[in-house]
Amino acid sequence: MEKVLTGNQSVSWGAMRARAQVIAAYPITPQTTIIEELASLVSDGKLDARFIKVESEHSALAACIGAEQAGARSFTATSAQGLALMHELIHWASLARLPIVMADVNRAMAPGWTIWTDQNDSLSERDTGWLQFYCESNQEVLDTVLLAYKIGERIKLPVMLILDAFFLSHTAEAVNIPEPEEADAFLPPYEGDLIVDVENPRAFGGMAGVDYYQEFRYMQQEAMLEGLKVVEEVGKEFGERFGRHYGLIEPYRCEDAEAIIVTSGTVTSTARDVIDEWRDRGESVGLLKMRTLRPFPIDLVRETLRGVPKVGVIDRNICPGFGGIWAQEIKAAMYDVDQADRPDIYGFIAGLGGRDVTPITVNEVLEKTLHPEKIEKHLNWIALKA
Amino acid sequence: MSDKVPGQITYDIAEREIMSSGHLACPGCGATLSMRLALKVLGPRTVLCIPACCWAVIDGPFPYSSVGVPLVHCAFETAAITATGVRHALDVRGQKDITVVAWAGDGGTFDIGFGALSAAAERNENILYICYDNEAYMNTGIQRSSATPVGAWTTTTPAEHPKEEPKKNLVEILGSHRIPYAATATVAYPDDLNRKLEKAKNMTGMRLLHIFSPCPPGHKSLESDSIKISRLAVETKVFPLYEIENGTKFTLNRESAGVPVTEYTKLQGRFKHLTEAELKQMQERVDYEWDILMKRIAVFA
Ligand SMILES: Cc1ncc(C[n+]2csc(CCOP(=O)(O)OP(=O)(O)O)c2C)c(N)n1
Ligand SMILES: [Mg+2]
Repeated sequence: MEKVLTGNQSVSWGAMRARAQVIAAYPITPQTTIIEELASLVSDGKLDARFIKVESEHSALAACIGAEQAGARSFTATSAQGLALMHELIHWASLARLPIVMADVNRAMAPGWTIWTDQNDSLSERDTGWLQFYCESNQEVLDTVLLAYKIGERIKLPVMLILDAFFLSHTAEAVNIPEPEEADAFLPPYEGDLIVDVENPRAFGGMAGVDYYQEFRYMQQEAMLEGLKVVEEVGKEFGERFGRHYGLIEPYRCEDAEAIIVTSGTVTSTARDVIDEWRDRGESVGLLKMRTLRPFPIDLVRETLRGVPKVGVIDRNICPGFGGIWAQEIKAAMYDVDQADRPDIYGFIAGLGGRDVTPITVNEVLEKTLHPEKIEKHLNWIALKA
Repeated sequence: MSDKVPGQITYDIAEREIMSSGHLACPGCGATLSMRLALKVLGPRTVLCIPACCWAVIDGPFPYSSVGVPLVHCAFETAAITATGVRHALDVRGQKDITVVAWAGDGGTFDIGFGALSAAAERNENILYICYDNEAYMNTGIQRSSATPVGAWTTTTPAEHPKEEPKKNLVEILGSHRIPYAATATVAYPDDLNRKLEKAKNMTGMRLLHIFSPCPPGHKSLESDSIKISRLAVETKVFPLYEIENGTKFTLNRESAGVPVTEYTKLQGRFKHLTEAELKQMQERVDYEWDILMKRIAVFA
């Protein structure tokens, strides 16, 4: 079935098709319409689930933790301040190995109060042990909800899928919605094995002395590494069933590239057009779309960027005191490549707090990456007002 | 049950033990006895959600557990909402007969978890919330909470500047949410505790039990005095035993025994710095609070 859906509706439809059983969420712009739609789907009986109308995001995630620990497929969604408020429990969900799925509509952090997009909210949760997928289109958003459950439940880790405020959340496009039976065949009901069971009482999350804790972390890291395989495997299965393929990264026209720019989220669509223009003019430039932040696809990134002379990374975020976060990640991944094959990597900060990243922006990044004589290697601000 | 010996008090308490030995409680811990008694009534089809508090330690270290029922450890401020999540999950999975209990200390209840508790009460979530109240943050070394009584010593309210503010009235506040059931109890009255647990277990919606729990290291009292202190808390009217149904029907479960407050305070080092004048003030406050309770009972009788 094809329908015109906003990004937020795509999230709601994804959660419905995934047959989320317990939903707990708290409103925040620009996430609000996700949960409004889910609340009505549940109250209309179109989705057989409980919707817990909690008093805060902190409680939203705590409710999902309780529900998931007791064996129900759970779902929540938030943005910015809400995500930050959840922080303690974001760690908790992963260390408890609960495959909760959460949508984060990327919104810049306050102050000044803003509802517009950038990635600092979700990137601040990088080290919490959640898988993170950055989506580019509403179709990808809906599909990623289904993928997220299947992947997360396989490796017992929670998954965050991320969509840009307004550029996706409130923008409508045609989206193919899997039929319920198709979705069910891809994603069977959740069967947690380490869950609350009165016939087999266990304590979950009790005191872990120095004899155990480090091993919990080791197992969490191993699960992430397993995730690298599972993301590709499940993406392949999804592709076979639905004709849409999703992996860890998406290289675009990278053959023999002189320069590659790295993007995530909706900036990718703009950059793809710009790359087409440049390629049509005979310039050897390419694009690397990062879909996954965690687990970080080190090998695939190395394969794609090895031997490319110049790489420009567009960061719609900033780690104050260091620079762009994706640039930092890409550089770390490339460090172990032989020096002769290691690209020069240039960092660009653009589009913070929802400022448009237009073809002009991407052109500037490409120009500067190809002719870096006048720029800084580490950190360059694009369209900064004087 | 053994035959009644003349002069000996016997209680009708189930002999079954769900909790086992091997737990890590201090001797004389009221919170631990509360759990043991509670589980006897609640039975094996119970799930506990326990936030950071002494009880998160008492149960035992991974991979051990002493409660004999599933225990979901949770973040400090999330007992009520974690229990809510567990409840909804068990409901959708068709396990509606299981009793879901949030079991938290006074800090997790009166302070950091209060928002989530109030919200769960407002939504009338189908959980049993049990606060074992030892009147301070004991796990972290006896810091004041909003359940610490006025005049008490804690490590953040030193004897030279003891706590100035009166204890927050949890049961009244929860009663004001018009939940089906809110009640006080304490370990010296196991028959009363039993009856309330049984009653709460068989109700649906939000139920709150507030259990006063002596803590020898925190109250600076003798391990062997815990039951005595628990009983004196009631006999001195410091901790009245009462119930509120649907927010308005108040019932007193024990009449005043007319014992002076000093009988209660003198067994606890946390009050030993108090002057005669201060103890007199404490008595006046206790009498004043008791009068308010009596008036509420009269209004809604
Ligand atoms: C968010 C957070 N803040 C602080 C703590 C540290 N902490 C653990 S238990 C506790 C006090 C618990 O007091 P209470 O709820 O009264 O239980 P008790 O220890 O007295 O049994 C504190 C402050 C924590 N675990 N989490
Ligand atoms: Mg306490």
